[in-house]
Amino acid sequence: MLGRETALEIVHRALDMTRADQVEVTLRGGDQALPRYAGSVIHQNVTERDTVLSIRAVIGKKVGFVESNATDDEGIRRLAERARAVAEAQEENPDFVSLPSPTPLAAVDAWRESTARFTPEERARAVEKVVQVAGRYGASASGAFSTHTSERAVVNSLGVEAYGSSTTALLTAVMNKEPGGFGYADQVSRDAAAIDPEAVAEEAAETCARGVSPRDLAPGVYPVILKPYAVADMVMFLGWMGLGALSVQEHRSFMNDRFGQRITGEAITLYDDGLDPAGLATAFDPEGVAKQRVEMIVNGHANAVVYDSYTAHREGKQSTGHASGGAGVWGPLPRNVFLAPGDADLDAMIADTPRGILVTRFHYTNVLHPVKTVFTGMTRDGTFWIENGQVAHPVKNLRFTQSILDALDTVSAIGRETKLQAEGGACRVPALRLDAFEFSSATEF
Amino acid sequence: MEDLTRRALERALQAGATYADVRVVRRTTENIQTKNGHVEAVSSGESAGFGVRVLADGAWGFASSRQIDAEEMERVAELAVRIARASALVKQADVSLAPVEPARGRFESPCQKDPFEVPLAEKTALLLDADAALRRSPRVTVSEATMDFFREEKTFASTEGSYLEQTKTESGAGVVATATEAGEVQVRSYPAAFGGDYAAAGYEFIEGLDLVRGAETAGQEAGELLDAPQCPSGETDIILEGQQLALQVHESCGHPIELDRVFGTEASYAGTSFLTTDNRIPLIRMTNINLEPGDWSLDEMIRDTREGLYLASNKSWSIDDKRLNFQFGTEAAWEIRDGSLSRLLKNATYTGITYQFWRACDAIARKREWRVWGLPNCGKGEPAPVAHVGHGVSSARFRGVRVGVMKG
Repeated sequence: MLGRETALEIVHRALDMTRADQVEVTLRGGDQALPRYAGSVIHQNVTERDTVLSIRAVIGKKVGFVESNATDDEGIRRLAERARAVAEAQEENPDFVSLPSPTPLAAVDAWRESTARFTPEERARAVEKVVQVAGRYGASASGAFSTHTSERAVVNSLGVEAYGSSTTALLTAVMNKEPGGFGYADQVSRDAAAIDPEAVAEEAAETCARGVSPRDLAPGVYPVILKPYAVADMVMFLGWMGLGALSVQEHRSFMNDRFGQRITGEAITLYDDGLDPAGLATAFDPEGVAKQRVEMIVNGHANAVVYDSYTAHREGKQSTGHASGGAGVWGPLPRNVFLAPGDADLDAMIADTPRGILVTRFHYTNVLHPVKTVFTGMTRDGTFWIENGQVAHPVKNLRFTQSILDALDTVSAIGRETKLQAEGGACRVPALRLDAFEFSSATEF
Repeated sequence: MEDLTRRALERALQAGATYADVRVVRRTTENIQTKNGHVEAVSSGESAGFGVRVLADGAWGFASSRQIDAEEMERVAELAVRIARASALVKQADVSLAPVEPARGRFESPCQKDPFEVPLAEKTALLLDADAALRRSPRVTVSEATMDFFREEKTFASTEGSYLEQTKTESGAGVVATATEAGEVQVRSYPAAFGGDYAAAGYEFIEGLDLVRGAETAGQEAGELLDAPQCPSGETDIILEGQQLALQVHESCGHPIELDRVFGTEASYAGTSFLTTDNRIPLIRMTNINLEPGDWSLDEMIRDTREGLYLASNKSWSIDDKRLNFQFGTEAAWEIRDGSLSRLLKNATYTGITYQFWRACDAIARKREWRVWGLPNCGKGEPAPVAHVGHGVSSARFRGVRVGVMKG
């Protein structure tokens, strides 16, 4: 970590060195430490440290983007020269209007000294606690415990100046007990000291123990109860499929021609709020623009999408602070997503379900059709048959092929409690009961 | 450089390592993207750093940094040993390494025309020509063309006495047409989906792709897909074209034979494998997994198929964590009727269980139709390193496969 003063000094130096009509300089970096464990032993244990400096140079409507991890004087000078050279060699982009102007930034406290000071020994001892719980259940444990420190400084020639630092800790645990029992749990927090390895391990181990000797279940359309791990996966895919303005402008979003219309069950409200401390709050996006709350789906109705400066300027709007970084080709994305909670608890949802499937987690999800919001993937690490309001027995994993919007249209219960997930950004979501969810094929475990 | 790597290795041994290796890496990248007739992005990157991996107290530790100097090498080596000792707090048995003869040498991948020396204007001109060719179909609403160049210079040194230097240059390019109408979006790419095709080669590889001709066909087919009927559901014979078969090999053969999956050390993240053996801990990654050619031609295969589908260009992929149940979507499907290709179908998907699927393979195209497809985006492990791999395949036929999982 370079710290605010040094990071801002570097980006200003690069700004001064770059000769162009408009210039944006970003510095991002930090440390990541990560022991991975499997078979109840640590088999990989790494730390990484890096800092990357990037420059966006604008000459007229020509935009060039370069980056390097050399931040000494010579490295910055070469990068500044390359930024201008790349922009000069560019063709004009008629849709480009301007880099963003400064916006007032909220104060966000995303730094926990306890995480920054977390030692290799502390991470190993946390893993040891997980392994001990696994041992009590006769299970084998695998997973990872990562701690990050990161910082980002952004300046541009229109006066944007932003610096933020943050910490994140994530513990994941998969338990396996033969024959065929699997369980999963995780916990993410800004504060590594708040991670509770025993609680994470107990949750995964209990699911695993209940999952031993899974039975076959024929594919078909079933009611499902999705734990937050699965819901987070589904919700973040919805964001990638069409909640960014670029996908709407290119007519490949499910939101096209449907703003104001009901697209899910009316109990569904989905929004992005980068400033909410219940998520992984951050004050600004990679362009240094202040994060704004965006209500994407309100009471089941398509309401709004998120913008970066490029897509906003095309419509004469202001960025909502959702740039995805780099050269900007991916367009804006929601990265701090919240699915509003309901009033049910998980046990009550199960008790109120005559027959259905309880899903812990999805695996290897992918998009089949973005406009129809059809995605596919597998269940994983704890899939159970519910009968007469009880978890009856574990079932072998199933493949689903399902439209997300169609599934959300059948929502019949939403969990009261939400769980924070670091899934392609951050999202906080409850469990959901969906009355119709299509499982298209089965597998052998 | 050898003086620097020696400092790291010696410091690791002094700190208590029983084995250490160091990798110093410099990467240079360039990416050019055009969209709808203009250059969307030109980006270039440089990155340098090193990593020290050690065994201490019978466990692994690894640390890395971007600052390549003697002092930092020693700091990182010491940190790696400390991390290894922390790993040893949660171990069951000491890691032991197979004996390896020390090696010294240098490798450079073939590169006739340095892509970083080709003028940017020449590269963007080719992409813009291809971009325009995509839009010759009036139904194409988004046209995109990309080029990527990648050079990695790597030095490896170990306490066993190895010192190796390697320079790899890779080039890749591709185009994609997106056609949209109310409620429908269809894409068609060339020569492969998701960024095109890649090879360990120079700009001569790009020149050989014939991007403009491929773009015109891709644009036309994207438009035709909007009107195409939905791929029907059922069981039928399928013939996979090269790029889709390369991904099938990658997902259902390449990953399952990686020993870290087999041994369970990827269990929590990427998954395991349907293959099993005793429990040890190597770290393995597929590089080039190829399918031997057969003696058919693609035309013969089609003529020999009474009813089926010819599936081309990957659109979506998913496979379970033991690499058994897979489901792929392709951009395009042509119906085969009585030995001939007939109508184009949209939203084609096929699914199966890996070993059953491969058992159903009864024809593979000959060597003349065999080629290597580059996949620059293989993700696995934490922190997620992206590997560049390649798969040599020709097209192949599979009998009695379930298709049309996604209904219209």
